[in-house]
Formats: sequence, C-alpha cells, structure tokens
Amino acid sequence: MTALLSLLGLTKAYPGVIANDDVSFEIGPGEIHALLGENGAGKSTLVKMIYGLVKPDSGTMMLHGAPFAPPEPRAARASGVAMVFQHFSLFDALTVAENIALGMENAPETADLTQRIIEVSGKYGLTIDPFRMVGDLSAGERQRVEIVRCLLQNPKMLIMDEPTSVLTPQEVEVLFKTLRLLSDEGTSILYISHKLDEIKALCEHATILRRGKVVGTCVPKDETAKSMAEMMVGETLRTPKKHYTRHGAALLELHNLWLQSKDPFGTSLKEITFNLHEGEVLGVGGVAGNGQDELLLAISGEELTPPHAIQLKGEDIGQLGPNPRRERGLLTAPEERLGHAAAPDMSLSENAFLTGAMRQNLTSNGMIKTAATLAFARDIIEKFDVRTPGTENTARSLSGGNLQKFVIGREILQKPDVFVVNQPTWGVDAAAAADIRSAILDLATNGAAVLVISQDLDELMEISDNIAILSEGTLSAPRPTQGITIEQIGLMMGGTEVEHV
Amino acid sequence: MFKLERRPIPSKAMVILTPVLAVVLTMIAGGILFAFLGKNPFEAIRIIFWDPIFNDVVASYTRPQLLIKAAPLITIALGLSFGYRANIWNIGAEGQFIMGGIAGGAVGLAFYPTESVLIFPLMILAGAVGGFLWAMIPAFLKIKFNANEILVSLMLVYVAINFLGAMVTGPLRSPVGMNFPVSRNFNEYPSAYNGELIANTGLHMGVLATLAVVIVSYILLKHHIFGFQVRTAGQSPRAAKFSGVNPNITIAICLGISGGLAGMAGLFEVTGPAGKLSTNFPLGYGFTAIIVAFLGRLNPIGILFAGLLMALTYIGGELAQFQLSVPAASVQVFQGMLLFFMLAVEILVNFRIRLKKKEVA
Amino acid sequence: MDFSTISSVSLITSLMVAATPILLAAIGELVVEKSGVLNLGVEGMMIIGAICGFIVAVETGSPWLGFLAAMAGGAAISFIFAVLTQYMLTNQVATGLALTLFGLGFAALLGHSYAGVKPPKFGHLDIPILSDIPVIGPLIFSHDYMIYISLIIIAAVWYFLTRTRGGLVLRAAGENHDAAHALGYKVIRIRIMAILFGGAMAGLGGAYLSLVRVPQWTEGMTAGAGWIALALVVFASWKPWRIILGAYLFGGITVLQLNLQAAGANIPVAYLSMAPYLVTIIVLVIMSSDKKRASLNAPACLGRIFHASS
Repeated sequence: MTALLSLLGLTKAYPGVIANDDVSFEIGPGEIHALLGENGAGKSTLVKMIYGLVKPDSGTMMLHGAPFAPPEPRAARASGVAMVFQHFSLFDALTVAENIALGMENAPETADLTQRIIEVSGKYGLTIDPFRMVGDLSAGERQRVEIVRCLLQNPKMLIMDEPTSVLTPQEVEVLFKTLRLLSDEGTSILYISHKLDEIKALCEHATILRRGKVVGTCVPKDETAKSMAEMMVGETLRTPKKHYTRHGAALLELHNLWLQSKDPFGTSLKEITFNLHEGEVLGVGGVAGNGQDELLLAISGEELTPPHAIQLKGEDIGQLGPNPRRERGLLTAPEERLGHAAAPDMSLSENAFLTGAMRQNLTSNGMIKTAATLAFARDIIEKFDVRTPGTENTARSLSGGNLQKFVIGREILQKPDVFVVNQPTWGVDAAAAADIRSAILDLATNGAAVLVISQDLDELMEISDNIAILSEGTLSAPRPTQGITIEQIGLMMGGTEVEHV
Repeated sequence: MFKLERRPIPSKAMVILTPVLAVVLTMIAGGILFAFLGKNPFEAIRIIFWDPIFNDVVASYTRPQLLIKAAPLITIALGLSFGYRANIWNIGAEGQFIMGGIAGGAVGLAFYPTESVLIFPLMILAGAVGGFLWAMIPAFLKIKFNANEILVSLMLVYVAINFLGAMVTGPLRSPVGMNFPVSRNFNEYPSAYNGELIANTGLHMGVLATLAVVIVSYILLKHHIFGFQVRTAGQSPRAAKFSGVNPNITIAICLGISGGLAGMAGLFEVTGPAGKLSTNFPLGYGFTAIIVAFLGRLNPIGILFAGLLMALTYIGGELAQFQLSVPAASVQVFQGMLLFFMLAVEILVNFRIRLKKKEVA
Repeated sequence: MDFSTISSVSLITSLMVAATPILLAAIGELVVEKSGVLNLGVEGMMIIGAICGFIVAVETGSPWLGFLAAMAGGAAISFIFAVLTQYMLTNQVATGLALTLFGLGFAALLGHSYAGVKPPKFGHLDIPILSDIPVIGPLIFSHDYMIYISLIIIAAVWYFLTRTRGGLVLRAAGENHDAAHALGYKVIRIRIMAILFGGAMAGLGGAYLSLVRVPQWTEGMTAGAGWIALALVVFASWKPWRIILGAYLFGGITVLQLNLQAAGANIPVAYLSMAPYLVTIIVLVIMSSDKKRASLNAPACLGRIFHASS
C-alpha cells in the first residue's frame, strides 16, 4: 500500500524557536493517524504547512506519490486536503450555507448547495439547518458545520485539530462514528489531540511530537495512556496531590441569580444557586458557551446583579464593582488571558498593578507606588516560575503557559478568601498545568474557597471535591466528585443535545 | 519583501526618534510640494521653520505669535490626549472651544461696564464650564444611547458655529459695532481683557494656564492611577473593566476634561488675541490640536513641543504666504502630511522591520 | 411667511439633488465598513473629488470626464489611508482624521485659482413625451444623469454584497478576519480594494457637489457632508437600500430648511442651518440605542487592526 501523504524532513523556524525540526511520517489511505503532542510541540505549525498556510523552510511533502507544496489553502483544498479548525474559522453573523460556501472552491448556487448540505449531513448523521445563523449554534453544531464544509469537497484527507475539546462525551461518540465511516470509505484522517483515551479508541497509528521533533511512533491500541503521556512530555508526570480538608462555613453564596448576557451570541444565566465553603474546591464543568463567561463576570463584579443574588461571607455584594469585591477577599481569574485577565501591550509590572492595586496597597492618594508595584511583579515572577526576561516585557510576549502562571500567581499571592478561576489550564503545556493545579489545591488546603470553571472534565475530576455542570445557563446541583463517572457527568451536560442527533 | 516583527518591549529610543523622523520626512515631502508650486524648496523650508524665530527682520512680530498660537493648541491637545489614550475620540474640540468662548465672553459682557478683579476668573470658569457642558452632550449620548462620540462631537462643531452666528447677530451683538456681526471689543473692557503680561512676548494668562496644565497632565498620566486607568481602558477595554475601571465614568471624565480645557482655551482666545466674538473667531485650533496630540504621541511633554512646532508652521506658513505668495492652504497640507508621517513611523515603536528571505516554495 | 413659494414637486427634485452627494459617499463607506475597515476620511476624500472633478470638467469642458477624474482622485487619496492602515497598521480613527485634514488642505491648494469659475453644465434626462408628463415627468424622467447612476450604484452594491461570491468574501473579511485568513482569503487585498472603492464613491459624491448641486468651487464646500455620510451608514444598519431612505431624508431636511430660509421664516437663519446636524445626532441616537441590534448589524471586525501572525 503506498502512502497517501508522506512528509519528508519538514523544518520550519521562527525567530527564537524551531517549530518543526526534520519531521517525517506517512499516512496511508483510509488510515486514522494521530498527531500527538503538548501545546507548543509544533502540531499546529505542521498542520499549517500541510494546509498551505505556512511554507516549510526545508523538506518536502508527497501526496499520492507526487510532490505536494500548496502555496495557499485554496491549493491544498483543490488537492483534496480539508481541515477542521480548533477555532477562528466560522463567521458568526453569516448563515450555515454561507459559511460552507466560503470554505469551498467552486461553491454551487445557493439552492444546490442547500440541497447538498442536507444530503451530506443526513448521510453522516450531522444534522444542521443551512439557513441558521452560525452565531446561534452550539459548539457541537458549529463543529458539524465545519465537518460538512470539508465533506462537501470529497476530501482524500481530513485534518482535525483538537476536535473534541468542545464536545460532550456523547457528542464525541457521534463524531467518532462519523470518522470511522469516513475511514471505511477510504478518507484518511490526521487527528490532532492530547487526549490519550480518545486516541486509543480511534486511531490506528500515532506520531508523537515534542519540541518540534518526532520523538516516537506507536500503535495506540498497544500502549497505555501513561506510556503515551510519557513519550509526549518526556518525563514522568507528577499528579498534584489531592487535599482532604474538612469544609468550613459557606464563604460565597449565589441565590437564584439571573443574568442577561450582553453578547448577542452569549448565554444568559438562569437561577444559579450554590454555596462555596472554606477549603472546598468546586468544579463547574460543561461545554464552552453555556454561560461560563457570564458566570465569571457576575462573580468578578464586571456585571452587576441584584444585591442579594451574590453574598460574600454573609454580605450582599451583587451591586459592588470588582475592586470592592477584591477588598473583601473575592478574587477572580477570567479565561481569556490576553485582553481580559491581562492587557496585552502593557508590561508585566503594569499588569501586576491591574488587579493588585487594592490588596497590595500599591497606591497612596491615587499616586502609583512604582517600587512596590515592581516588587509585587517580581514576587509573582519568582514564586510562580514565570519565564520572562523581566518585569518590563509586555504580557503579549509571554507564552500561554507563562502568562497563565503570572495571572494565577497574581491573584493567589494576594491571599484570596474566595478564588474563582475560569479555564485555569486551557492551552497550557503539561508541566505548567500541573504547577497551576497544585497552586490551586494549596490555596484550598490553606482554607480558601475555590471555584474552578473548566471544560476539561479530567482536570475537574482530579482537583475538585464537588462538581456541578453548567448547561445552557443553568447549573446542576453540586455532587461529590468521588464515585461519579464521566458518563454520568456527560448526561448532566445535557442529554437533550444528543437525542436528536 | 519586508516583514514586521513585534518587539517584546516597545522601543524607548523610537518613542523619541519617531517624531523627529516624521518632521524630517515632512520637510522633504513639503519641499517637493513647494518645488511643484514653482518655489525654491530650501527657501520655503527656511522661511517656515527658521525665520519666525531667528530672522531679526520679522521676529519682533513672529516670536510673540509663537506663544499666542501654541498655547491654545497645547491646552486643547492635552485635553484630547486623555480621551485618545482611552479610545474615546472627541473630535469636536473646535465646537467646545467656540462654546467656551461664547459662554465666558457672555458672562463678561453681562457685567459690562462694571470693573472688578473677580470678573475675569469668573469668565475663565464660565468658559471651561461652557466647553465642558458642550462635551457632555456626546458623553451623555454615548453612555446612555451608545451613540458614536466621533460623529456626535463633530456634528456639534457645526451646531456651535451656527450658534456663534446667532449670538453675534443677536444677543451678543455690539451696540457700538454699526450692526456688524461682532461682539463688544474686550480690549475696551479692562476687567475682561486678557492682555499681554509682558509686552511683546505673547505671554498672556492663557499661556501660564497652559504650562500648569502640562505639569498636571504629566503627573496624572505618569504617576496617578487615573492615567493608568485611561491607558488600560484604551489598550484593553475588557482588562480595564476587570480591574475595576467603570467605562462610563471614563467616557464622562475624558470628554469632560477635553471639553473643559478647550472651552478655557476658547475664553483666553476670545478675550485676548481675538479680542471679540465674531464669525471669524473659529480658527481651526480644535482640529489642528488633534494633529498636535498625535505628533506629541499623546504625551504631555511631547505635546508641549508639538504645539510649539505646529504654531511655528502656522506663523512660518503666513510668512511664506507673504514672501513667496504660496497659497494659504499649503500650511494645512503641511500639517496633514506631518500627521500622516507621524502615524506611519509610529509602527517602529512596537515592531521591528526585517528583510524577509524569499520563501522556499 | 410665504409657503406658496415651496412647491412639492420641486421640493422633491431638489431634495434628490441635495441627497445624492451623501448617498454616493455613504454607499462607498458602507462597502469599506463591510470589509471591516472604518475610514473616517470621507470628508477629505469628498472634497478631493470635488476639486479634481471641478478642475478636469472646467479644463476639458466635459462634466463626464470630471466625474471620472473625481473618482480617480478620491481613490488615489484613499490609497494613502489604505497603505497606512493595512501595511503600517496605524490606528484607523486617527488615520481617517488625518485623511480629512489633509484632504481639506490639499483640495484648497489645488483649487485656489478656481474660485468663482463656472463649471460646464451637466445634462439631465429628457425623454420626449415621458419627461413632459406633469408631476410624473419631473419626478421620474427629468433628473440629471448622476441621480440615476447613483441609484444604479446602490442596486449594484446590494447585488454584489448579497448575491455574489465576491460580496460574501468581503463580508467574511469584515466579520472575522482571522477566519477569512485561515481559509486562505487575502484579507488585506480585499480591504484595500474596498477602501479604493470607498474613495472613488466619495470622490464622485464630492464632484456632484461642485459640478451639479452648487455648482462652483469654494474652500471647505463639503461642510460636513462626509461626516453625515458616515452617520448615514449607521442609520442604514449597513444595508444598501436603507442608504437611499436615509440620504433622501437628510436631503429633505436640508432642502426644507433652505426653503424656509428663502421663504423668510421667522427663525434666525443660523438656527435653521443647524437642522441637518441636529437631525443627524438624533438619528444616530435612535439607531444606536439598541446595543444588541447595533452590534449584530455592525461588521464584527470594524476598525480592528489585522496582522497575520503566520
């Protein structure tokens, strides 16, 4: 059997970093091939080269035995290579049909296109309505749009970049069925993920990247998740130790909180009620776009609510802004690091001042205490092992993991009584993620109440005492993490979504 | 091919070098323009940038003009700079300048012919309040109805110009002005006159006020939490909100400061250099101040120098008009080019330009 | 006060003449904004168009060549904006302002010897019989050619944006430039084309002012028309047909206040002259107040700087 796609010695360097270093492997027709690696291992760069978004510095690619060097995505698509992106590839204010037409070379007339969308989506079990506005769709539905867009062009090879990060466990099952069906029909699939169980379940071969280099290949069925993880990370992983403290008094209470989302495509919160206790880590799971951002905004004080809806240590704080809440011991860290938790073009010391001004006492009569601010920034950088040349570098210049350590460190060093964090380890490499999780656990061990919002169920299972699921703006009652299974959580995430698939 | 590469730290050297570079580029482009107009480019550049200060024949007239023209430009630009840093675009300073002049002037004229040392301070206050209230219209409409402040503040310039017309043909028309559309002349009313403090220097109360505003602005921007909040609001609105900055209050304060300062500048202008309210009162300072603000990179010290430079082009431009008979509009073209070049070279602060290797296809 | 001098038929024809400059400028800006770029330099591009068109029409005796020159002039000056914002990544608000300030000065420089000159007369439609029908004739069949052309341009833009692939790609670039880039579309090239089109339309609108509406050259003759055109795009919620509605509404108010002035209404001229600007503010307020709807219609990337990182 000749390979469908073979990569030979692909190398691509950016200033200061070699993203891909002499990468070679082959994918056969109909094969589901996993590309495995941590964040920053070079997976995206490699995929961008295959898709024609980036040109390799050296090395060659062969498709069907013929040289393949797509100068742009259009050319890649014309040769039968299609890609489902992790983000940034749909247009909220356009319809499903328009979005699909944009991803096709020779899009047929609207009527024909609509007909074909319905055909293809029926065949592969990917129900979508061509006339709906994409912004109104759920994450799972949006992914279906992307997949249908690819399938309409009869690809020989389908690239999927972290496709399951936005899906419920049940939706993942549906996706895998579709992918196996495609594979049986002879379409090759390059499947990029860091979720090892999925790769074991789906893929025939795996290529593992670390720091831009191929460090191994394997047949996932014959490996354990642990053995693959070690190849991926290159060292034995430490799992943060779970704490066992008694939970004290309720510090943060939400009572029947309703909040209208300001974003036209956002999700409004509906009667959210829970108590968060001293020493407790409460995990809030759920697929992105189900009200996570809105929940954080309500708790941080960026959105105001009726006074009684949010209580901190028994005091009504629903009408207080972010700084009065900080003063009272409630600190938060939003999901979006660049642009929300930190100002991208401001220096790290300015970003330290951003939320630290109040509790670290960094002003006097409104004047900024420069020395104290610098000291605070240095403290964060040291204690949380933030890799950066100095406090005057911009937030933007840091890697995702380092910036996240900075953001989390900035809040934790202020000794919060209640700490609320959204997606603490999203897009962060494994080592940094482990550091962040153990810092969160330490905080709880010392008596703080911690709320972790995350899409990563494994993470929540690992660090939280109780878990609740946010689905379409409503929060399920928290349940103890011990004894609960992923399947049960999946059902809590909204069975309705899965039924009509 | 060139490639832009983001710097990890904004270049400090470029912060200083870019305005100089912009001025040099403008001189070159301006020289070419004058050559096209059939004038000697070197002579033209000398007349505009050198003669107003160093040519003894004209300097006795032009040197005092430097302060007179620079003071309102700097005052208005300083006010605008706070808003521009916060992405709040008041481009209606011209209207606020006019309304300040009308409000302050009207208060003074209401007391005519009473003489008192209290009248002038009261007029300054009225001028600032007039500009402030005029700027509060776009602020209110933006906060309450999300209306774009750029368009509203600009529309209000035209409304203010017409209002000025109504005032000088109506309630504020001079009873001794032979029915011309002008107000009473302030230099005939000592309590309300903003004359030169030292003869032949151009130094008037407004110039002193400008210096005070430069110092206060510098402290606010560099060392006060307000400056930090304004910068954050502009660079990253969501991060600012997260840190506790209320966007509506920022809008109100930024527009308020710029309106108040423009109004105050208007009052100093109308009671001093202009001498009276008339339909010729609007000189475009409110628009030129936008250029001053950017040329000074929204930094108070930078704005101080930029204002002086811009005043120089006004005066030098007038000289060139007389001596070389170049059209008056060439000054405006000059100023526009300066702003273009300033914006273009600004990229060097945050980016490095590198030669791109030919890609291996 | 004598209202009898205000005839409704001539009122409507003159409101169309008053509306056409801002209609043209606004439809150009609508395309620019749909591609994700906010060009505040409409006023500057209009006045450049006004003087370029005027000079060429006077020198050649052909208003048609004048209009062509105006489009070229508007596009040429908008190219400065395009280069600065798309390649030098300058702030679009500041660059647009610079364009306006520069354009006003440059136009004055070009036109200083053309003040008081009469441009050649521009023709109007004259179909035997049809144009002579009372009321309907003057209302529908006797306008100058540019009025018909402006309406055709609106229809063409509507067709392009909603019915063609090029229009879809342009809207996609304005909606999410990162996604458009990831799909392989040339965001910068698309935006430059849109900016040039916007410049040409603003130039055309400006020339209509100096060649038909006024018709002569005076410094600063656009008097805020470019800014009203910008407000018109918001008023129209970025929908081409509504530009006509908005432009004719503003045209109507302008003409009405001019007629009231001429009829000797008992209000000082200065207050009447404020009317178009005040109405613009009121309309902006009404159209912007529903934040959710406003943000749904506005292109999501409007005014945001695009820099492809890879």
